[in-house]
Amino acid sequence: MGSVVKGSGMNRDLVRKMALAAAGFALAAGGLAGTAHAQRDPAYEAARESGKVGEKMDGYLGIVGASTPELQRMVNDINIKRRAVYAQKAQAANATLEEYALTAGCIAIARTKPGEKYQAPDGSWQTRTSAPPQRDSRCPA
Amino acid sequence: MQGDATGPKRAIRSLPLVVAGLVTLAGCISVEAPDKPIVIELNINIRQEVIYRLAEDAGNTIEENAEIF
Repeated sequence: MGSVVKGSGMNRDLVRKMALAAAGFALAAGGLAGTAHAQRDPAYEAARESGKVGEKMDGYLGIVGASTPELQRMVNDINIKRRAVYAQKAQAANATLEEYALTAGCIAIARTKPGEKYQAPDGSWQTRTSAPPQRDSRCPA
Repeated sequence: MQGDATGPKRAIRSLPLVVAGLVTLAGCISVEAPDKPIVIELNINIRQEVIYRLAEDAGNTIEENAEIF
């Protein structure tokens, strides 16, 4: 084995190149993992696209229309996680949980894609179009 | 005659009271329940300046936690 590598300059070169490529690939993969964020669960993504769930003004996810135990569980799970994130970030920003959540709600509604549901200031569910969503007057531009 | 509290004099003396009563009643009658449901806006005490201050931070938070937003 060793004699094969030693015996041929071409082989040694190839091994070195492969090692470099592997190292480069590992670095690139590591970099990607570091910057790319975890994406939505397919069930959550599907519920958003079909309008079964929508973004509420208060920064949490809501069920639009009929609820099922499965849907409720998914929404609860996401909202509990959101609340934990809001609490941590609010504390760091010297704000209250509600203030931080409401701000996140403004932004989450602004970032909905056409076809997704969001809650308008009057409390009604609206379907996002290409036009800007109806938001609380206090929401930032 | 002075001690006599009956008759027109008593009526005149109690007139302001009656008027006051009527005014109160009129006030009561004018209060009507709104025909539209009362919308209570939550978080009304959260000020716009606070939201503006937090906006950038909240935007980053959403990106960092894309799986739950």
